[in-house]
Amino acid sequence: MAYVYLLITCAGICLFAYILHKRLSPLLRAAPDPRLDRIGERIGKVVQIWLGQWRQPRYLLAGVIHIFIFAGFIILGLRSLQLILMGFWQGASLPGLEGSTGAIYNLIKDYAATWVFVACIVAAVRRGVFRPARYQVPPSLGKDHLGEALLVLGLICALVVSESLFEASLQNAAARSGAAAFAPPLTLLWAGRLILGGLGLPALQAVNSLSYFVHEMVFFSFLCFLPLGKHFHVLTSLFNVFFMRLDRGKVKPVRHGVAEDQLDDLPEFGVSKLEDFTWKHILDFYTCADCGRCSDRCPANRVKRPLSPRFLTIKARDRVYANYPLWGKAVGAEQELVGGIYSEDEVWSCTTCGACEQECPLGIEYIDKIVDLRRGLVDQGRVPQSLQKPLGALEKRGNPWGKSQRNRADWAKELAEEFAVTIAGPKQPVETLYFVGSVSSYDERMQRIAQATARVLRYAGVEFGVLGKAESDGGHEVRRFGEESLFLALRDANTEAILNSGASRIVTADPHDYNALKNDYRGIPPVMHLSQVLSQELERGGLALEQGPYAGKTVVYHDPCYLGRHNGLYDEPRHVIDAIPGIRRVEMEGNCRDRSFCCGGGGLALFYEPEEEQRIGVVRVGMAKEAGAQVIVTACPFCLANIEDALKIAGLDQELEVLDLMELVEQHLPVARRAAA
Amino acid sequence: MEILVCVKKVPDPAENEIVVRRDGSDIDRDDLVYSVNEWDNYAVEEAIQLVEEHGGSVTVVSVGDEESDEIIRRELAMGADAGKLLDDEAFHYSDGRGVAAILAHAARQAKYDLILTGAQAEDAAAQVGGMLAAMLDVPYASLVVRVRVLDQGKLEIAREIDGGNLEINQIDLPCALSIQTGINEPRYVGIRGIRKTASVQVPVLGAAELGLVPATVGRAGAKVRKLDYFVPELGQGAEILQGSREEIADQLIARLKGRGVIQ
Repeated sequence: MAYVYLLITCAGICLFAYILHKRLSPLLRAAPDPRLDRIGERIGKVVQIWLGQWRQPRYLLAGVIHIFIFAGFIILGLRSLQLILMGFWQGASLPGLEGSTGAIYNLIKDYAATWVFVACIVAAVRRGVFRPARYQVPPSLGKDHLGEALLVLGLICALVVSESLFEASLQNAAARSGAAAFAPPLTLLWAGRLILGGLGLPALQAVNSLSYFVHEMVFFSFLCFLPLGKHFHVLTSLFNVFFMRLDRGKVKPVRHGVAEDQLDDLPEFGVSKLEDFTWKHILDFYTCADCGRCSDRCPANRVKRPLSPRFLTIKARDRVYANYPLWGKAVGAEQELVGGIYSEDEVWSCTTCGACEQECPLGIEYIDKIVDLRRGLVDQGRVPQSLQKPLGALEKRGNPWGKSQRNRADWAKELAEEFAVTIAGPKQPVETLYFVGSVSSYDERMQRIAQATARVLRYAGVEFGVLGKAESDGGHEVRRFGEESLFLALRDANTEAILNSGASRIVTADPHDYNALKNDYRGIPPVMHLSQVLSQELERGGLALEQGPYAGKTVVYHDPCYLGRHNGLYDEPRHVIDAIPGIRRVEMEGNCRDRSFCCGGGGLALFYEPEEEQRIGVVRVGMAKEAGAQVIVTACPFCLANIEDALKIAGLDQELEVLDLMELVEQHLPVARRAAA
Repeated sequence: MEILVCVKKVPDPAENEIVVRRDGSDIDRDDLVYSVNEWDNYAVEEAIQLVEEHGGSVTVVSVGDEESDEIIRRELAMGADAGKLLDDEAFHYSDGRGVAAILAHAARQAKYDLILTGAQAEDAAAQVGGMLAAMLDVPYASLVVRVRVLDQGKLEIAREIDGGNLEINQIDLPCALSIQTGINEPRYVGIRGIRKTASVQVPVLGAAELGLVPATVGRAGAKVRKLDYFVPELGQGAEILQGSREEIADQLIARLKGRGVIQ
């Protein structure tokens, strides 16, 4: 028999190795993506997100079930290895599994096998009977994966049951010959021994051989089945989490290893064909467990825009499988992705809010892929008409409305009677530079944010200047909409102007500019968002806010994506609001902080006209109403624009009001301080 | 199919706040940025699509100055095969007929099957296309919103007529068409695209190269002269309806009914 099992093992391993080799080949043809830096941090991610299953409980029931099964896999992996070796190596034992440690391990693995069994039953009932909506597949995209899910749960059950029967038959046989054999109570092993209680030695021998055979066959079938579908994550997740992106708020370079000044030599930008993705992005496709958490949190998906992050991945994975078949040659090298598996609207529908990436328990990336797909479209000239005008204006005028640069600081005229806003430059250097941003410079409504910011800075005692006509659009959305060359031009113009201002720090009230200056620019002074500046001033005692017109009102804070998720600034704006006496602050529970729901997107997203059932902002203001708020406070001009529109569309503008954090603070500045100044 | 597309550099109203000079002689050009005339972009896109489908080449030609080089390069970046800049001191201040004459001389330098212009330019009078066709003695259709290539050197074209209705015509090649916006979705060209055309030569042709008598064009040949620019006086202000959402809707309905707009 030993030879038979040696043969089965070898055949299983060879088939598995062959499949993996086939799966690896597209990764080798894909774009470069260096991910071997910051090993310590990467190990930290593995410990937290992979081993610690950190993100699983965000969906409580499914998460807890998964944690049990995952822990069982880790524990029972060793046992399976031991069992396989036993097939052709009498008395096989693994180092550390002898003596008392072995006894402790056996105790743990018997309970692990039992909880895995129970967890699989619960999972099967949940998937098969209750059928959570998250797993459903729209008819246009194929069938749902209930069958595959139940098959895998069945295979796992078969593994733990066969292992337990194998052990139970051994123990019962040993007990018959008077040897000691301990079955931990209420385990599968314990149950197995009860069931096999009446059998004689020959029958036990048969059960033992059969259960061994079943375990062996199921094990190798399962192993070779994994790389064929969504359960590939069992094998790839460790690597995917290890290689996951470490920095939020940043966008990958056009092509790793190509310097900016050599970009013009690249024949093409971005992703238009499968192999234009980086190897990590293809590993992402393999790793997706199709759990649907990304799409469940995706604002675009919620309002039925033609985008679902889940299917962005699954469609690409299926394309990889089809183009790199297990048997036969690779095909389809010329296939365009957009126009093939993706539609243009799908690619433009993303607001880059990052909710999907925040949620993914496997560290799958989306924003970089969307940006790369957009880069590919931009390079081919496939840009929606609604975006061409603002892009053209950005190129010529440095703002998406095509307004004259000369009018960039016009918002400050309103303040002329109170104080003059310094226009910084080589002749008038400043220490603190207020980067106003395009929307707050030109949009009539958002100019009030710039005015409020200037007043707040002034009365908090911060001497500051602005760039005036030397300021260009920060380029944050220009980059994220795939127009890298234009972004670089805007960035270079701003960098020069910022350095000319002599500033030693930059402050801004626009999270998009904050993120651009912090994460996309290089060689400029450090940048702070106004909420950080104010939070610090309050902490330091440099500023105290007074009771004012919002006393007694219930306020809810809306986390802008580029302040919160992308930069981790959740507490500072809340701290500032809480420093205003008399305001009651509530939360949109389940939809705040890192689960904040996007307002609809900033920058160029304001110009894009997507197909959608309703506005994203309308969903958001519904959440604020649900939370019982009278006032929505946000800290981003684009959030303000979207929410203000949404309140009107939803007919909530009589009962709910929205304002920017700066406008709120402005109205609670100490009266004495303003009078004195 | 050999296609010639006439394009023009204009101050794009989307990117400029147009201000008329106090003396009315011109608009204030100190802070203007220029783009390719919007209609011309559609004409170039249409030409590129026709060539992509039926073969041939697209040549872009512009009567302009040094700065028009950039808009020709923008069209080259879109996919045009060649560009020509028609620039001569003698061309300055040409009226519509003068511009058409310059273009006609350029068009005669090669054998073009199809000549496209924009239906109009943002800063002009929608006259060059028709005059150009007349000077070249080829058939002409204006405000074209669809082009289909038929056999035997003919095109089927759709023209936009009143109320968005279409008039379908057959026209013999060679011919000239003026292209209306909306005929296609012009592709995007960014900085990178333009930089990629840096190595392409765009020849500059003057009166001598075109075989033109300078006195027939430019200020000397112009029979139409601009006298004045002015901004119309503001009329009576619009009326803003007041009240709650429902009240506003009721008032609006009452007014529309009152004027017989709705029953």
